[in-house]
Amino acid sequence: MKISVDRSKCTGLGICESLAPDVFEIDDDGDLVLKTDEVPPGQLADIEAAVDGCPTEALRLHQD
Amino acid sequence: MSPQNLVVIGASLAGLRAAEAARKAGFSGTITMVGAEHHLPYDRPPLSKAYLDGVEPKAPYFRTEEKLRDDLGVELLLGASATGLDTANKQVLLGESRLDYDALVIATGATARRLPGVAGLAGVHTLRTLDDAMAVRGALDAGARTVVVGCGFIGSEVASGARKRGLEVTVVEAQPTPLARAVGDEMGRVCAKLHHRHGTDLRCGVGVERIEGEGRVERVVLSDGTAIDADLVVVGIGAEPNTEWLAGSGLALDDGVVCDEYLCAGDGIYAAGDVARWHNPLFDRAMRLEHWTSAAEQAAVAARNAVHPAEAKPYRTVPYFWSDWYDSRIQFVGIPAAEEVRIVEGDPARDRRVVALYREGDRLVGALTINGQNVIMKFRGLIMKGASWADAVAFAEQRRAVAASA
Ligand SMILES: Cc1cc2nc3c(=O)[nH]c(=O)nc-3n(C[C@H](O)[C@H](O)[C@H](O)COP(=O)(O)OP(=O)(O)OC[C@H]3O[C@@H](n4cnc5c(N)ncnc54)[C@H](O)[C@@H]3O)c2cc1C
Ligand code: SF4
Repeated sequence: MKISVDRSKCTGLGICESLAPDVFEIDDDGDLVLKTDEVPPGQLADIEAAVDGCPTEALRLHQD
Repeated sequence: MSPQNLVVIGASLAGLRAAEAARKAGFSGTITMVGAEHHLPYDRPPLSKAYLDGVEPKAPYFRTEEKLRDDLGVELLLGASATGLDTANKQVLLGESRLDYDALVIATGATARRLPGVAGLAGVHTLRTLDDAMAVRGALDAGARTVVVGCGFIGSEVASGARKRGLEVTVVEAQPTPLARAVGDEMGRVCAKLHHRHGTDLRCGVGVERIEGEGRVERVVLSDGTAIDADLVVVGIGAEPNTEWLAGSGLALDDGVVCDEYLCAGDGIYAAGDVARWHNPLFDRAMRLEHWTSAAEQAAVAARNAVHPAEAKPYRTVPYFWSDWYDSRIQFVGIPAAEEVRIVEGDPARDRRVVALYREGDRLVGALTINGQNVIMKFRGLIMKGASWADAVAFAEQRRAVAASA
C-alpha cells in the first residue's frame, strides 16, 4: 500500500504526525514531509487513522 | 441481537463521521441522520478563517447529498429537530412524530452563547453556523467598523480577518487576560500580544454595558462608560452544549451528555463531539471538548461501539486544537490546568515562534506553540506516552539547540 498527499489541500496541521510519526513529519517551514510513501509493516491501522483524522482530507492510501 | 437501526441526531462533523464509521465497521442496517439546520453537513473551522477573507469562499460542505444517500446509505432528515427522547420505548421524538432506534448517537453539538437584550438588532451576530458566517462576511465586505465581544479563539480569528482587510477592530474582553481558561494566564497574555502587534484595539477587564442603535447597531457602550462606534458586532463568548431536548429523558446531563469512557450514555445510547462529556482515561477525568479532532474521533468510536457493543473500545485522547491569528498559527495539545507553565523556546516580546510546556506533578500535561508546527505533535506524542516533565524539558532543549545551530 502507498500513501500520497494532496498538497493543495494539506494545511500542515500535523494530526497525521501525532498518529503515525514514523511516516509523517512537519518540517521547519510547517510543511508536511512524507518520510516514506510505503506503509511500513504493522502500521496500516495507524496510517488509516491518520487518513481519517486529517481535517482537510489530504491523505490517500492506494495500491501502488 | 446486534443493532439494525442506527439513528444519529445532529448532522455536522460528528454526525457525519458517525455514519461513515458505522458503515466502515460493516454495519448494514438503516442509518437515519436528523439535523436541525437545512444545510448538508459542513465544516466549521473555515467559517472564522478562510471564509472571512476577501476572496470568494469555497462551500465548506463535506459530502454531496448523492454521496450521503447513495454511497453511504443514509436517510437524511434536514431542517428537523429532535425534541425529546423516550428511552423506555427507544424512540426519538421529532415534534409530533417518533423515530425508532436500537442504537443512537447523540451529536447535537453546541450553540453560541448570546448577549442578552440584543435580539432584533441588525448587525449583531454570533459565529457558529454557515448562515452566521455569510452574514459576518457580508458586513466585512461592506467595510464594517467591527467590535468583537470576547477574546476567545473564534473572536480573535474574526478580528484577524477584519484586520487583514484593513478594517478598524476593537476586541472587548471581560476578563483581565484573554483565554485564561483555555491556555492559562501567562500564555493568554502572550497570545494577546498578537492582537496589539497587528493593530487590533484589545480592551481587557471591561464588560459590555449595552449595545445601542435604532433597529441596527450603531455603538457599543462599555462598563467603563466608553462608547465605540460600530457597524458589526460579533459575539464570541463561548458555546453551550445542545442538551435541552434531552431534559427529562433520564440521561445524566452536566454541561453536556455524561458518558463513560466508551462514550456510552445509556442503553444503546452514545454521544460524540461538542455535546459529549466523557471520562478520558488518559487524564483520568471527565472532559467536554469543543475541538474538531476529538469530535471526529469520538464520533467514529461512538458509532462503532453503538453498532458492535460487544467489542466496545474506550476513547482516550490528548486534546488538540489550532487557531489561526493574523499570520500566526497557535496550536495547543493536552490540558491547560497546570502547576507550572514554562516557555522553553522564544521570547514572546520579540519572537514569532514561542513554545511553552505545562506541568502537573512530574508529568508533562500540555504544550502550546505559536508557529511551532514542527514540534507540537512531538509533544502530543510525549503526553500520550505519559512522558515525565524532565524528559519533556530535555527534549525541548535538544530541539532548540538543533534549531539554533541550523
Ligand atoms: C467558527 C468556528 C471555528 C472553529 N475553529 C476550530 C479550530 O480552528 N480548531 C478546532 O479544533 N475546532 C474549531 N472549531 C470547533 C469545531 O468546529 C467543533 O468542535 C465541531 O464542529 C463539533 O462538531 P459536532 O458535530 O460535535 O457539533 P456541531 O458542529 O455543533 O454540530 C451539531 C449539529 O447538530 C444540530 N442540532 C442541534 N440540536 C439538534 C436537535 N435537537 N435535533 C437535530 N439536530 C440538532 C445543530 O444544528 C448542528 O448542525 C470551530 C468552531 C466554530 C463554530
Ligand atoms: S493531518 Fe492532513 S492537513 Fe494536517 S499535516 Fe497531515 S495531511 Fe496535512
